[in-house]
Amino acid sequence: MSDNRLSVFKTYKLYVGGKFPRSESGRVYEVTDSKGKWLANAPQSSRKDARDAVTAARKAFGGWSGATAYNRGQILYRIAEMLEGRREQFVREVAEAEGLSKSKAAAVVDAAVDRWVWYAGWTDKVAQVVGGANPVAGPFFNLSTPEPTGVVTVLAPQESSFLGLVSVVAPVIAAGNTAVVVASAESPLPALSLGEVLATSDLPGGVVNILSGKTAEIAAPLAAHQDVNGIDLTGADAELAKELEIAAADNLKRVARPQAVDGEGDWTADPGTHRLTAFLETKTVWHPTGALGASGSSY
Amino acid sequence: MPTTLPAFADATASDSALRRFLHGLPGVDAVGLEARAAALGTRSIKTTAKAYAIDLAISMIDLTTLEGADTPGKVRALAAKAVNPDPTDRTTPRTAAVCVYPDMAATAAAALAGSGVKVASVATAFPAGRAALDVKLADVRDAVAAGADEIDMVIDRGAFLAGRYLKVYEEILAVKAECGSARLKVIFETGELSTYDNIRRASWLGMLAGADFIKTSTGKVATNATPANTLLMLEAVRDFRAQTGVQIGVKPAGGIRTSKDAIKFLVLVNETAGEDWLDNHWFRFGASSLLNDLLMQRQKLSTGRYSGPDYVTVD
Repeated sequence: MSDNRLSVFKTYKLYVGGKFPRSESGRVYEVTDSKGKWLANAPQSSRKDARDAVTAARKAFGGWSGATAYNRGQILYRIAEMLEGRREQFVREVAEAEGLSKSKAAAVVDAAVDRWVWYAGWTDKVAQVVGGANPVAGPFFNLSTPEPTGVVTVLAPQESSFLGLVSVVAPVIAAGNTAVVVASAESPLPALSLGEVLATSDLPGGVVNILSGKTAEIAAPLAAHQDVNGIDLTGADAELAKELEIAAADNLKRVARPQAVDGEGDWTADPGTHRLTAFLETKTVWHPTGALGASGSSY
Repeated sequence: MPTTLPAFADATASDSALRRFLHGLPGVDAVGLEARAAALGTRSIKTTAKAYAIDLAISMIDLTTLEGADTPGKVRALAAKAVNPDPTDRTTPRTAAVCVYPDMAATAAAALAGSGVKVASVATAFPAGRAALDVKLADVRDAVAAGADEIDMVIDRGAFLAGRYLKVYEEILAVKAECGSARLKVIFETGELSTYDNIRRASWLGMLAGADFIKTSTGKVATNATPANTLLMLEAVRDFRAQTGVQIGVKPAGGIRTSKDAIKFLVLVNETAGEDWLDNHWFRFGASSLLNDLLMQRQKLSTGRYSGPDYVTVD
């Protein structure tokens, strides 16, 4: 390669509805590495970008929640495959964003890939674990099944820009929800690059929408949005989380409070299933067994 | 029978005179027209102006259901929505009219009685218009007798495209005579007229024949109301009033689904025809899903938070 080649900078863009728009506001902000060196300009999303993301997520919800759990698992596994292929890029971005050595960053990316695989395996098993037949005092089948909550806003962790992000997004979509993700404000680049992975992983557009910018500015309209069904406050500090939770109460959003069960922010720990079940609603159906049915049939 | 305005009496004297007149209209600069419509669409309408525009747009809607599956229940539900679009906010204006097929006009009229919301009915073998004249006239009579305040007729596009303008003209005259006191909206189905020149000719033809409103489309074909074809029709009504003193309304219909689109059309009206047309007596939207979007935007303005489809009625 000759030395006088022009450098090709990457334009980081949002991921909304399966497309890569710039912010509607036209704003960008400077993203630096852990030592303050400029890395790139990232789009600074406005409340209208948040609104558009919710529209996209709502549109995608029917198809994604209606897909078979097996199919969702395949797609999540496909994301892991695609990530594996772009491992080098993510190792570099994570190392720059979090100030890690190359080997530590590589361990983080590997853990993130494994996390997708972990949740890919859970999609068609969670119903058996948290649902099932309930014993009732009457001639009825009583069956509980988990269903996705709907459109979920996810405030990704501020520190762990990639493994933390994957750890909060993957369980939400594995459960069949669609997500509007607000990336780490200081280190949004791995999240924005993840959008490029998702776009090539058979994941329908709009299932995951990734916004970068000031967390408080984007989160406020999302917490108050009447068409959002749940909000994960992981990336909010205590003061912001309180404000958002108050706004979220207006339409009874399901709220996951920050750091309640994440082992003090250690994202490498065994994830468990609490994030998977955080945005599931239990539907219980009663059905006559038929033993006492008027028709006399029994089955 | 209504007569042609004296100023244009000779233009409608014969088929050839009418053709000479219509083909003598200045040609449309298609690129300029679309550029102007696009440029006006970039106006930023915010805060109090937006609130005014949303309420105005709601009051201009002809809330429409034109499906084979329409039931009396659906028409009554739509009428209830027209009278009280947002049950959570009684300050929401009523829509201008409810637009239905003629056999549902009586149901709509009963449901809307005393509300001030008009009953509009499509007629003349809508949407194709492929029927004999006496069948079309019977259709109109039927709708008027059932209580329709407004009749939406379709022109015979086949005759128009074949150049038989006088046939189209006389048909509109005949329908107008059947309408009695009902206002007549003439639908050109701009998507089938192929060229902007044809839309301008059709506009003038409709106005000469005594239309109270000229309307873009039925909503049943691929291309419906666009900013450009509506702009062209607004220019036509403006020029017509300048020459004859007679004001005629415009109704874009079909494909207008968002508040943003509706506000763009209102900008076109204000900038082209002028403020006199910013009233539901002179400008209408033929739409159904548009109303929900306007209501959601209205809720956003009054509460400060984004609303969702769970907070407006279905249909």
